[in-house]
Amino acid sequence: MNKLHWKIGTVLGLLILSFWLLYPTAEWYTKTNDERAKTEAMRLRPKRILNLGLDLRGGTHLLLELDVEKLDKKEKLNDAMARAIEIIRNRVDQYGVGETPISRQGDRWISVDLPGVSNTEEAENLIGKTALLEFRLVDTSNEAQAVLSKVDGMNEPPFGKNGVLVPEVAKMMPKGTILCKAAAGAEGERARFYVLYDTVPVTGAYLESARVETDQQFGTPNIGFTFNKDGGRLFDQFTGANVGKYLAIVLDGVVHSAPVIKTRISGGSGVIEGQFTMEEARNLAIVLRAGALPAPVNIIEKRVVGPGLGEDSIKKGLTAAGIGFILVVAFMLVYYRGGGFVADIALALNFVFLIAAMSYFGATLTLPGIAGMILSLAMAIDANVLILERMREELALGKPVAMVIPVAFDKAWSAILDSNVTTWIAAIFLFQFGSGPVKGFAVTLTIGLLVGMFTSVFVTKVIYEFWLTSNPKELSI
Amino acid sequence: MMILLKKTNIDFIAKRYIFFAISAIVIAAGLVSMAAKGLNLGLDFTGGTLLQVAFTNPVTTAQVREAVSKAGLEASIQSFSGRNAYQVKVKGSQEKVNEIADKMLASFTANIPGNAFTEEKRDYVGPVVGRDLAKKALFAIILSFFGIIVYVAFRFSNPVWGAAGVLAIFHDVLVTMGAMSLTNREIDLVIVAALLTIAGYSINDTIVIFDRMRENLRNFPKMPLGELANTSVNETLSRTIITNLTVLVVVAIMFVFGGDVINNFAFAMLVGSISGTYSTIAIATPLVYQWEKKGK
Repeated sequence: MNKLHWKIGTVLGLLILSFWLLYPTAEWYTKTNDERAKTEAMRLRPKRILNLGLDLRGGTHLLLELDVEKLDKKEKLNDAMARAIEIIRNRVDQYGVGETPISRQGDRWISVDLPGVSNTEEAENLIGKTALLEFRLVDTSNEAQAVLSKVDGMNEPPFGKNGVLVPEVAKMMPKGTILCKAAAGAEGERARFYVLYDTVPVTGAYLESARVETDQQFGTPNIGFTFNKDGGRLFDQFTGANVGKYLAIVLDGVVHSAPVIKTRISGGSGVIEGQFTMEEARNLAIVLRAGALPAPVNIIEKRVVGPGLGEDSIKKGLTAAGIGFILVVAFMLVYYRGGGFVADIALALNFVFLIAAMSYFGATLTLPGIAGMILSLAMAIDANVLILERMREELALGKPVAMVIPVAFDKAWSAILDSNVTTWIAAIFLFQFGSGPVKGFAVTLTIGLLVGMFTSVFVTKVIYEFWLTSNPKELSI
Repeated sequence: MMILLKKTNIDFIAKRYIFFAISAIVIAAGLVSMAAKGLNLGLDFTGGTLLQVAFTNPVTTAQVREAVSKAGLEASIQSFSGRNAYQVKVKGSQEKVNEIADKMLASFTANIPGNAFTEEKRDYVGPVVGRDLAKKALFAIILSFFGIIVYVAFRFSNPVWGAAGVLAIFHDVLVTMGAMSLTNREIDLVIVAALLTIAGYSINDTIVIFDRMRENLRNFPKMPLGELANTSVNETLSRTIITNLTVLVVVAIMFVFGGDVINNFAFAMLVGSISGTYSTIAIATPLVYQWEKKGK
């Protein structure tokens, strides 16, 4: 085996590898929507496939901001963000909308892409829900009783605009306490309130699991929960020190129940009793199981692309790009003949390698990504044109074919290298520092340039070298 | 052998002031338009709410406008040709998701009765996001320009060449943005991707000619710079035309047949690739000549 055989082997090997890498993607997208949904629900979605961005397949994009001011001072921002992302991932996962890329953006933003469906309000509520679970002691002092009777006697809610207590109530509040509303009771019942201490000894962050349990006596649904080791210890100490007092279980600032602490609760589990419907109890358990967010999140960007619109844009854009591609291929054939044919092979391989590489990385294709692909393909064609024009120049000087080819490659190389590296440098910076669409553009461009250099220089050269072994007298360009 | 362009011998350098003047006029026209009308910035940059609705029966723009103003909103309304679809945009800071969009939908139901509609698209961008995206994109672009100048200076042992290449990029981006402003097309983040593509393509084109100049400089060290530049541009002219023609064809097809969604993108690419070809020949190379001559 000589050097050329090795080169041919490399190209063919890569081609086989590419088809092997492309197989999962091809298999995935030839499935029906139902089959895909089923596989996704079973968490069996293949990892190494090419994903379509929301702008192409439709869905909802959300950008959430962690309300850092409400973050526990002891918690580092990075830890809090990581936890928030994990929790949101859990929640979305339970909702079951399939592959959902969730990533951190910038300092305190989280981007969530909910694909497929455009009516995702429910999922959105599930994500946006603060679900801040807290256990607080109820203040039963005389001052607190006075506040409650005052509030009971008022004809308007004690909270004014933006949830701030009205001054007449605020001045009565005992030091270090807050006023919380109780969850809605039976219909027609007047809203009830609790005065709670503002220290939070245990939060839902320590929860390990939560499930719906049925009350032995009344058959009503309750939510049973279990703390992790740390939380269990804290809860143990806390209940031990406060036997006989009332413990409020506060979810999102609303008191769901306030049972009396009968004994120290060891072992780290307890029950939230309330007047839940089965549905409510189940949702609450999901929220609790997914854990509490370290701080509330706000939706600061929301984009919904109807799936129809996505499909429409795919179809039209693809058709147009396809026509353009065919025209370019045809032009190269007509204008450069044999040389054009070689360039076309390189272009086709370029396309296969690029998609295979992107599938392997599990990349997500978006409109800006396609722009990056177009640029890299255009530059690959340009590299071929450079080589072919050089061949013509060298041929015009009367050199023999066997000399024309290596010389042309040699001379064209510096231009191809420099133009690709220059663009590549720009792409690397855009990848490193850009966000969103800029990044999407940079990813396909970076991969595309590498693949393009390989196919338009290495592969075409191998083809010519192989052809030269037959000792041709004429070059068809 | 099929030949598109016979060996040319055009004196590009001598015509450089004409080229500079043409570019100056085109860019100035764009700048004036940008100053007078401003850029039609998308929600990505301004923040706000976008709602796209398709009605079952024909509706006039005036009806939609009336419904929107009855909801107490100030919005820009865009219709889609061939369909009863409208895109309504309320720009500016809004603190709450869904608030404006829900208001609009309610107003459509109330004020355009008996005409069912489907919501096709709903976007909301909070006030901070837009600014951050723009800032980050700009930062990344400036850094990448710097990287280009350093690399080109290193490879061509002259910082002037890199700077000329980057100026050609600015030229193309300015021309494209001017065209977007003149035609009232919206600038969103996909257009940013188009501008990046244009920039990448422009510098690629420029480098190819610079490479030929570097080669000729090596082969004919005595040749005066003007002649050297002219020879290099002419020698690579057929490649420049062919490559750019292929790109232009693809982009033009996308512009004509690509559909609504990528129309703005294709338009920017179309203008940008024409400008990119022009700036390579008529701006970047003459600029190198101009600066090098001054330096001597």
